[in-house]
Amino acid sequence: MSAFSKTELLIATVARLLEGCRHVAVGASSPIPGAGALLARAQGTGAFRVNLLGSRRHNFFTSGGVELFDCAAEGRIDAFFLGGGQIDGEANINLVGLGRYPRTNLRWPGSFGSAYLYYLVPRVILFREEHSRRTLVDKVDFVSAPGASPPDVYRPGGPAALLTGLALFAFDKERRRFRLESIHPGHGLEEILANTGFAFDRPEEVPTTPGPDADQLALLRGRVRAELAETYPRFVASVLESSAA
Amino acid sequence: MESPILPSLAALAARVPDGAKLAVPTDYSGVAMAATFALLRRGIKGLHLVCVPASGIQAELLIGAGAVATLETSAITLGELGPAPRFVDAVKRGSIRLLDATCPAIHAALQAAEKGLPFMPLRGLIGSDLLKFRADWKIIENPFDARERLVAIPALAPDIALFHAPLADREGNIWVGRRRELVVMAHAAKNTLVTVEEVRKESLFEDEALTSGILPALYVSAVAEAKRGAWPLGLWDAYGDDEAALERYVAAAREEDGFRRILASWLARPQAAAAE
Repeated sequence: MSAFSKTELLIATVARLLEGCRHVAVGASSPIPGAGALLARAQGTGAFRVNLLGSRRHNFFTSGGVELFDCAAEGRIDAFFLGGGQIDGEANINLVGLGRYPRTNLRWPGSFGSAYLYYLVPRVILFREEHSRRTLVDKVDFVSAPGASPPDVYRPGGPAALLTGLALFAFDKERRRFRLESIHPGHGLEEILANTGFAFDRPEEVPTTPGPDADQLALLRGRVRAELAETYPRFVASVLESSAA
Repeated sequence: MESPILPSLAALAARVPDGAKLAVPTDYSGVAMAATFALLRRGIKGLHLVCVPASGIQAELLIGAGAVATLETSAITLGELGPAPRFVDAVKRGSIRLLDATCPAIHAALQAAEKGLPFMPLRGLIGSDLLKFRADWKIIENPFDARERLVAIPALAPDIALFHAPLADREGNIWVGRRRELVVMAHAAKNTLVTVEEVRKESLFEDEALTSGILPALYVSAVAEAKRGAWPLGLWDAYGDDEAALERYVAAAREEDGFRRILASWLARPQAAAAE
């Protein structure tokens, strides 16, 4: 069995979650989702477009900052990634801060495009590497964007999955609940239960998240690493292994 | 006609009054940092800073220096370097008024202004706490389909749009390439101030390949030359971020004293003085 790092497992999982997509956009400050999208593109045979915001080479938008949002509104983006300092059991996300707004005790950057894209992009993947009761909470302090909406709000999009450093969850839109899909190698259900602040569904036997195969690792350590370096030089230098090393 | 090309950054900075509603682009779009240093040198204050649609080191420095009264933005971040320390501190102390937004709402507000419309409808937002704290955003019914609610975002016409670009000509035409958000900012703003790496003698319109990326002089109030005018940020393919300088900043600005020291050293940079 080929050895792989936790980061490589997450990137391969992101790539798997993007299967069947034709156009994936990745927001700023998202190296692992960006790497996953580039891996999916590198593996793909058909048309698989990736737009990395903040990149010059891997971004083909020419109509300015608004093009991403217009594109999403027209249904031209299949998948996008959102994170959050807090994510709750109904998939509400908080990118604003801890405590009582506006004088939050701890302020995070802000909501970015979440209060729009979460509604419009069909497959939104929530990614938060830290899996703890600090990040996965019963109820967020501030709703940057809600996990679900009433019928009089146009909402073709929303959460599809939540990927953390410990596990992968799917989101059930009807029940408004997460379901544990798989646990990453080296971790167990007790650890997930102890570190998750919200209730979730789970099968009796929870599978292990599959890691990258040799082909994926080769792409990741070669082509994808090189493509990602333009946008995320620090991440590539410090976290991603190189095939040349 | 009076030339829009100003002799110095100080002359450009003099056109931004205290208390102005100032629109600036996001970090990778073309940020007029040399002009921002000129604003800080003259002790600008009371700004209503509109980030289109987010900002980084520029907003961070203005906030840290106490120049911002109101901050309208979708986010403030230093990207891979992490949180912006003076912004986080100002929020905690409640020293700035926050108008938290989402990126497309800021774009929509500027688009309403450039079209001369009172508002722009926007999907999304309903159910977000952003809406609760924005008394200026209103929920409306879709006039064509009563089964849908939308949000009306009022037009936003900044007093001044300020950005940095690679190239201008003597008439004040600016080449912005594919950074069309700079065009929208300029259309929406009452005045647009631009710094550029180079002012060319020949009209930009002489090269047909450039024309689709031109912001015409009609929308441009004044231009000043500033070599490496985005430093410590990069400018597209022209030059990259000064990673070492930004790392030094983050390390220094965790504390107020450290921030004061590094800001003073940046304001005293010989390159900046020479450019003025």
